[in-house]
Amino acid sequence: MTNCLLAGVGGQGTVLASKLIAQSAMNRGLNARTAETIGMAQRGGCVVSHVRIGNEIHSPLIPQHKADLIIGFEPAEAVRCLPYLKENGAVIASIKAVKPITAALTGSGYSGEEMTVFLKENVKNLYLVDAEAICNQLGSAKVLNVVLLGAAAGAGLLELTLEELKKTICEKLPERFIELNCHALSEGAAAVRKG
Amino acid sequence: MSKQFLMGNEAIALGAIRAGVGFVSGYPGTPSTEILETVAKNNPGDIYVEWSTNEKSAMETAAGASYAGARSLVTMKQVGLNVAADPLMSLAYIGVKGGMVIVAADDPGPISSQTEQDTRHFAQFSKLPVFDPSSPEEAYEMICDAFDYSEKYGTPVLFRPTTRVCHGCASIEVSEERKKVAPEGFAKDSRWVIFPRLTYQNHLKVEARQPVLGEDFSSYRFNRLTGTGKKGIATGGISYAYTCETLNGSENCKLLKIATAHPFPEKLALEFLSGLDEVLVIEELDPVIEKELTYLCGKHHLNVKINGKLTGHVANAGENTVESVTAAVDSFLGRAAGTEPSKELPALPVRPPVLCAGCPHRASFYAVKQAMKGKKAVFSGDIGCYTLGNAAPLDMVDTCLCMGAGITVAQGLHRIQPDAVNFAFIGDSTFFHTGIPGVINAVYNETDIVLIVLDNSTTAMTGHQPHPGTGRTMMGEISEKISIYNVLTALGVSHVSRANPLNLEEAVSAVKSAVEAGGVSAVIFESPCIAVTKPQPLYQVNAKKCTRCKKCIRELGCPAVVLEDGAVKIEPSLCYGCSVCAQVCPFGAIERSEN
Ligand code: SF4
Ligand code: SF4
Repeated sequence: MTNCLLAGVGGQGTVLASKLIAQSAMNRGLNARTAETIGMAQRGGCVVSHVRIGNEIHSPLIPQHKADLIIGFEPAEAVRCLPYLKENGAVIASIKAVKPITAALTGSGYSGEEMTVFLKENVKNLYLVDAEAICNQLGSAKVLNVVLLGAAAGAGLLELTLEELKKTICEKLPERFIELNCHALSEGAAAVRKG
Repeated sequence: MSKQFLMGNEAIALGAIRAGVGFVSGYPGTPSTEILETVAKNNPGDIYVEWSTNEKSAMETAAGASYAGARSLVTMKQVGLNVAADPLMSLAYIGVKGGMVIVAADDPGPISSQTEQDTRHFAQFSKLPVFDPSSPEEAYEMICDAFDYSEKYGTPVLFRPTTRVCHGCASIEVSEERKKVAPEGFAKDSRWVIFPRLTYQNHLKVEARQPVLGEDFSSYRFNRLTGTGKKGIATGGISYAYTCETLNGSENCKLLKIATAHPFPEKLALEFLSGLDEVLVIEELDPVIEKELTYLCGKHHLNVKINGKLTGHVANAGENTVESVTAAVDSFLGRAAGTEPSKELPALPVRPPVLCAGCPHRASFYAVKQAMKGKKAVFSGDIGCYTLGNAAPLDMVDTCLCMGAGITVAQGLHRIQPDAVNFAFIGDSTFFHTGIPGVINAVYNETDIVLIVLDNSTTAMTGHQPHPGTGRTMMGEISEKISIYNVLTALGVSHVSRANPLNLEEAVSAVKSAVEAGGVSAVIFESPCIAVTKPQPLYQVNAKKCTRCKKCIRELGCPAVVLEDGAVKIEPSLCYGCSVCAQVCPFGAIERSEN
């Protein structure tokens, strides 16, 4: 059984990413279960998608200390979910901070760096990705989710291959987004190997 | 049969199609919205689907369809059932011909709601049967059963999934088959006309039906009794999944799963209670199963201790989690608690939900705030994205109660405190839902308020559903747009104006004239939600001109305007180019970016 948690900020596309993982697992004949944050939090609040793959799963929510992998769409959101990570579990995170208005208003100066430092100190199995650079290069901030999926698969953390994910993208996304997302997937994978 | 990865709401929709539903109505509300949308998306062509103006209309149209013999489905969130309570209560006496299932999705937490009410109480109150699925795959099967029971007993039935079932996805075997239902049409009969005498007669029938249904439910396939032992756990809904997760098939106890909390399957429950010393009840929202079991123990003189919310063993507010259920089960069964300590986390940024970057509501709130600077004013809000106008730095929502209440609460406030200008903000969809009667009330009773309609041409909060003002229906057909301007004018609102909130000067002066006009006056701020328009050229901060006064941040709170090492910057991936920050900056430092 594999438990994967996707943590981000509303609007970053965690829901689609979790669907792609689950659907790819199903294409392999496995069962999947997910839980999503939908509603008010999608307006810039914290959102978490739980993905569970395997045949004997009851709860859609991953219990604490049971996640094999956390995909952090934002460094502080990865940190927030650490209580879910099992011992020796892996974390892959985008290093780009999303600054809440509260930070700008109070001038608290959250930069994200303190979070990546904390991750480095506390997670042995850690992969950091400059996903923003890849998005800029691809000319779309919207593909952050697929860049991170590519990175996770590229690092061998997902138990799914890039080909499997690519196949799902081709099946499930509207025609006009397929090429961009396939690119995002391979760029993500390439970046994580280098890092 | 094919295996699909479906969200609980999609499963409910496909299950209803399979059950031969012919008429579907509802009003959007998290976590129920995707049910109706999925029926529309997978409509084989012969199902009538509509977003109704409110839940009461939705339930009544569905009742009509069902009188004529069609299978009908109504969808809403739990608070929507309050709006539809009137037809619900009467319909419980009148009954239906074609199967009618009312889906009211509960939201423990709450995650996106005003209340943590429990629809199972509504079932007890109205004496209607209720189905409570524990997973998306079960929901797929159970919705078909719900139609069958509805027809078997000639009554509408309630179906109450909770957020984790609605918004959880699972691998589900989907059948291609579809039940054929050919509605006979409406047969005139006095049974459809409610009168006190008929009510009395039908009341007797409803009461007589209760124990019969309870007996029937004792053998219902999703009510289940397993395990052995002196201790027992009773549960239902998603809490059943959490319980299974923590028991992991290894525990020495009885397990009762209740999928129909009303009428309560007493026979099955008695079988569960027999031989037990103690019971732990794990359920979400109110102690419904717990009270039924406690009652049964009293009725049958059983010496079984019932633990749950009423005894403080389970939290009585908020949603359950695997962790909370594990803790309750650990102490109940005397299991050693897992001792994995969690590492202390550093201080994390707080992320309250906010209006999107470029959202026209931000501009509207800002304009009203500017227009009323230094004056005494109270701002009553309503339900929708614009409730988020309460956040700093806008701080423009002083009250929020329920759908449509901003307009009426403002009137009460004004009668007691007439020296304040009382504003009521309402979105376009909420205006049609329950706003209009409140406006009539103000005009009729001559209570001065300033109505601000935030018209963004969609139902944004729940994911952009059409409504009467959009000129589009759920079936995709073009319909006559209902003009909010004409409605207000026809109602006798003395001063009605329209303004573009993204033009601050125009917007502020529109608000000022509305306030000066007195009486019941209104400004309609018209600007589409950013999710339904195209991004315009973006804006950027010219570092040479920016004095770092931070007025843009302090007053507007657009998430795209950020501080980086003390410098003000606009995040290009978030900016929508609404231009409002540029109009706020006193130094002309925010400029259109060329690319
Ligand atoms: S133009 Fe200014 S206020 Fe509008 S979205 Fe961009 S940064 Fe935000
Ligand atoms: S309001 Fe203008 S000058 Fe002041 S911080 Fe913002 S961009 Fe700079």
